[in-house]
Amino acid sequence: MSIPNIPHLLVHDHKDNVGVVVVEGLKAGTDMLCVVTADNSTFRLKAAAAVPIGHKIALKDIKSGDTAIKYGEDIGKFVQDVAAGGPVHVHNLKTKRW
Amino acid sequence: MAVNGNTKIMAYRRENGRVGVRNHVVILPVDDISNAACEAVANNIKGTMALPHAYGRLQFGPDLDLHFRTMIGTGANPNVAACIVIGIEPGWTQRIVDGIAATGKPVAGFWIEQNGDLKTIMDASRKAKDFVHFASELQREPCDVSELWISTKCGESDTTTGLGSCPTVGNMYDKLIPEGIYGVFGETSEITGAEHICKARAATPEVGERWYTMWKAYQDDVIEANKVDDLSESQPTKGNIEGGLSTIEEKALGNLEKIGRICRYIDILEPAEEPKAGHGLYFMDSSSAAAECVTLMAAGGYVIHTFPTGQGNVIGNPIIPVVKITANPRTVRTMGEHVDVDVSGILRRDQTIDEAGDSLIDMVVRTANGRYTAAEALGHREFVMTKLYRSA
Repeated sequence: MSIPNIPHLLVHDHKDNVGVVVVEGLKAGTDMLCVVTADNSTFRLKAAAAVPIGHKIALKDIKSGDTAIKYGEDIGKFVQDVAAGGPVHVHNLKTKRW
Repeated sequence: MAVNGNTKIMAYRRENGRVGVRNHVVILPVDDISNAACEAVANNIKGTMALPHAYGRLQFGPDLDLHFRTMIGTGANPNVAACIVIGIEPGWTQRIVDGIAATGKPVAGFWIEQNGDLKTIMDASRKAKDFVHFASELQREPCDVSELWISTKCGESDTTTGLGSCPTVGNMYDKLIPEGIYGVFGETSEITGAEHICKARAATPEVGERWYTMWKAYQDDVIEANKVDDLSESQPTKGNIEGGLSTIEEKALGNLEKIGRICRYIDILEPAEEPKAGHGLYFMDSSSAAAECVTLMAAGGYVIHTFPTGQGNVIGNPIIPVVKITANPRTVRTMGEHVDVDVSGILRRDQTIDEAGDSLIDMVVRTANGRYTAAEALGHREFVMTKLYRSA
């Protein structure tokens, strides 16, 4: 593989609106190297908060009621607005099931 | 075959032709009240292992059928060389003995009523000693990798399992299922949110419809009937949430990465049911709780389990080796003693899924040849039976 630097954020699919932090100790304000695993394409995004490894970050500005997309699929609904680069977890994302 | 040049393993050829990778002499209780006698026999005779459990009394209907399937399947597993069965009375004891004896392996039953614990323990210990002499003279012989039955189920999942360790198992299945192995995945509730994808991965529309009917029945009869909230903290678990998973849909999509890109499941198994439709991938209706699920798959006849984890589930099984795979670098750093295959390179983008799949196949072959897994070395022997409803 020819990616020069270790990515901060991985995104499964180009349709996704969230990505996963894959490094420990990510600091707020980091200019993240983001990789879409489907084709190894890259982009940059500024982290709005110190998000732990494994937790998600919004890739664009999101409105409450929007559907969260990961793996190119519906993984639930946002229950708060989230700005691009902001953390996404159980406080602002809920299942549509059960 | 494209398995790093490994086409042969050294394993135990059992009386029924199946291939085992371990050589246990098991002391199996029919019921909870026979645990003490089984543990006493295992203490007397070195090289044996008791499998105490909580059930076997006043069960009925499908729940009793599942109890017998799990007991017989555990004793019949090719990783077991010989088996002692001890119950409170002769009837159900003999039923389990007869089920295990159908494999052709040595098995003997003992019961406590009209004997007492002490005579039962003495008689069973003498037979267990004979079985240890028998088992310890068995030799490993060349067998084909394609003869392995390899199960999978993930646990303490996080977002890294869907990115790394689950696709690694999927890559292994894509390479080994076409070679003729038996595979199985399950975790019925944990497909919720990916059920449309799972249904479409059946070998035929008819199998897909049967899968969907089974999945929907659990939704309607168990979850909808008993839930008091959205199951957050149960499915996904508190550990999943700690690791960054937010919803069951997100967890399910990561889970399903374990079946790869190519292979399709050919049949649906009841919990602990042995596959009978030939080699290929199966779905087993099962809990997503690690110890329950692996116990059921072992009872179905699978001899090695591949277990992707994110946050670090420490589970093992008494009769089948559980190979742990993780892509989470923090788990490798903080819990490395539990990890057999480190695929954290996938997250750094310096390891491909294809390379990770090869490294897992290599570890499966080494495990089949006798290498202790981390869980075996650490003494994890979680034997946990599934119960369908309250006893009579």
